[in-house]
Amino acid sequence: MDKPRTLAEKIWDLHRVPRPADATTGADDLLHIDLHLMHEVTSPQAFDGLRLTGRPVRRPDLTLAVEDHNVPTDTDESHDPVGRRQLEALRRNCAEHGIELYRMGHARQGIVHVVAPQLGLVQPGMTAVCGDSHTSTLGAFGALAFGVGTSDVEHVLATQTLSLPRPRTMAAEFTGTLPAAVTAKDLILALIARIGPGGAQGHLLEYRGEALRTLSMEGRMTMCNMSIEAGARAGMFAPDEVTFAYLDGLPHAPAGRARQDALAHWRTLPTDPGAGYDRTVTIDVSSLSPQVSWGTNPGQTVPLSGTVPDPGQFAAPEERAAAVRALEYMDLKPGTALRDLNVDTVFVGSCTNGRLEDLRAAADVLRGRRLAGGTRMLVVPGSAEVRLRAEAEGLDRVFTQAGAEWRLPGCSMCPGLNPDRAGGRERVATTSNRNFEGRLGGRSRAHLVSPAVAAATAVAGRLAAPEDLT
Amino acid sequence: MTPPPQPLRPLARHTGRTVPLRRSNVDTDQIMPAEFCKRVTKSGFEDAVFHRWRSTPGFVLEEPGRAGATVLLAGPDFGTGSSREHAVWGLRDWGFVAVLSSRFGDIFRRNALKNRLLALALPEPAMDRLMTRSERDPSFEVTVDVAAGTVGADGDVWEFDLDERTRWLLLNGYDDIAVTLREAESIEAYETQRPYWLPSIRPDHPSVPRARTAQETT
Ligand code: SF4
Repeated sequence: MDKPRTLAEKIWDLHRVPRPADATTGADDLLHIDLHLMHEVTSPQAFDGLRLTGRPVRRPDLTLAVEDHNVPTDTDESHDPVGRRQLEALRRNCAEHGIELYRMGHARQGIVHVVAPQLGLVQPGMTAVCGDSHTSTLGAFGALAFGVGTSDVEHVLATQTLSLPRPRTMAAEFTGTLPAAVTAKDLILALIARIGPGGAQGHLLEYRGEALRTLSMEGRMTMCNMSIEAGARAGMFAPDEVTFAYLDGLPHAPAGRARQDALAHWRTLPTDPGAGYDRTVTIDVSSLSPQVSWGTNPGQTVPLSGTVPDPGQFAAPEERAAAVRALEYMDLKPGTALRDLNVDTVFVGSCTNGRLEDLRAAADVLRGRRLAGGTRMLVVPGSAEVRLRAEAEGLDRVFTQAGAEWRLPGCSMCPGLNPDRAGGRERVATTSNRNFEGRLGGRSRAHLVSPAVAAATAVAGRLAAPEDLT
Repeated sequence: MTPPPQPLRPLARHTGRTVPLRRSNVDTDQIMPAEFCKRVTKSGFEDAVFHRWRSTPGFVLEEPGRAGATVLLAGPDFGTGSSREHAVWGLRDWGFVAVLSSRFGDIFRRNALKNRLLALALPEPAMDRLMTRSERDPSFEVTVDVAAGTVGADGDVWEFDLDERTRWLLLNGYDDIAVTLREAESIEAYETQRPYWLPSIRPDHPSVPRARTAQETT
């Protein structure tokens, strides 16, 4: 019998290009890439590299580009001259190399990690890369998906491969019964709080366990999205009936005979019984509750019902120093209840929580309610398709009637790269994935939360859970 | 196999003065704030690196005694977060040849080595020693020896891990894409065997290799 293997190991083995004996490769494997996604920010210099060396794009048919990071979300025209140059570079490069591009205003435009899954372009057992760390989102399909830098973007354009050492594997086992108020976002925040922002560094992280059984594909994407915030190279879920049902009928998913062949293959992918991981962490979800970050890295997270921690409680000197710095930046005092923090701005969107399920969760809280005076709320669908579907369900009216802004698809406030920037010292509750200093713009202070907590916060004017609203 | 072209200067050994940045979890948003990532060039980022911190009086990079230093001593978990290679270009353009830390963000480290910025991990106690000495003495120097796989300073020597392929690329000044392209035949052979149901964004594109169809496989 073959040695039992994990999901990640199986995908890795399936994509190894056999190497000639005399290739000097060290411990690297040459990994074939099934899908290469691109956006305007990390690609221009890669195309310049190709131009300088006269190399063609090897597989334009496996490459897709979208405009997402620096697009405005109130108009289909970029009015920022620097941002526009970057978009123009992408348009020129894609035209020159025959690469499909979904521009602002296109029916398939949106955040790259939201667009690819809804087209059925991400399937179990595939490899996918993008010059973007949150490519890990796509691991929700049982794919090996990870972010790369611009040098690797150029390498993939030229060769459709990457030369990589095989990473170690790690399992995060979620046990217990999932409380109703706990969402996928809370699960991943709780995990990162537990293992720290470097806790899965260098590993391919597989999310497993009874407690995750009820998660939808969208919830799985939320969790995989933030794998990188735990330091992991990639995050993944084993493909199952939920995955197969989600893919059924999507534009690029196999159909008919091809679906039958694909299904037979997909069912072989989940981790074999008895396969070992290099590391395992177990987390009991039964006692979890909604989470919120208080600091400037996603590991600095506590339950919303908790208080701002005292740096003195951290044993490691580095962690203590980081906590002191974070409290100073976030303008917080130890012992303050998170629920007492007033919030200026609420952002619902991003590749973490900008899908239909997320917008529904926020709308469910807002229906029949109004935002607190002085609070601003941006609701930004992750893609044009999400926007259309949300409007078909009337979610846009729920948002606007509550006093929130309903905008066009894009990364919006998440990267601080487009006009949707937080200014000054604004305190923001955000459904995105990074609370780094100034990430959302200016010297703004970000608190990471789920869509439900974001919506409740907008109504209360301070950090709140839906159950806090009267 | 034919030897690859050698377009770059071999990088075997470097000695330089240090900058101690005693902070953990310095993410790439801090190294290179987003507004500078709108540029479409690959050089000239020296004005942008650590931009938000540089206006703070006393920021270590701006100390007069640190001018010309080429080795950055960083706290644990350096370069986490965004994949932006602009962070590496900024450090390189500032003049850094090496960055030492006890732990790096994976993507940052890979980006750095691809740009021949020596992002090398040393054990925590070694980092602490180096940092303390550097804080005391701006003229403190370290030597990074790529060939030997060691960092040396004041008679101390520590080993670092560097994968064999990267070491080979650095020591010989090879371009990694040129090296991979020598395996084009193997890639082509692999591609004709990919499962036929895998998605293609432009199935009609001339670059699509003639793959087996469902009929042919049966
Ligand atoms: S929404 Fe944020 S995290 Fe996601 S791709 Fe855009 S900038 Fe990156």
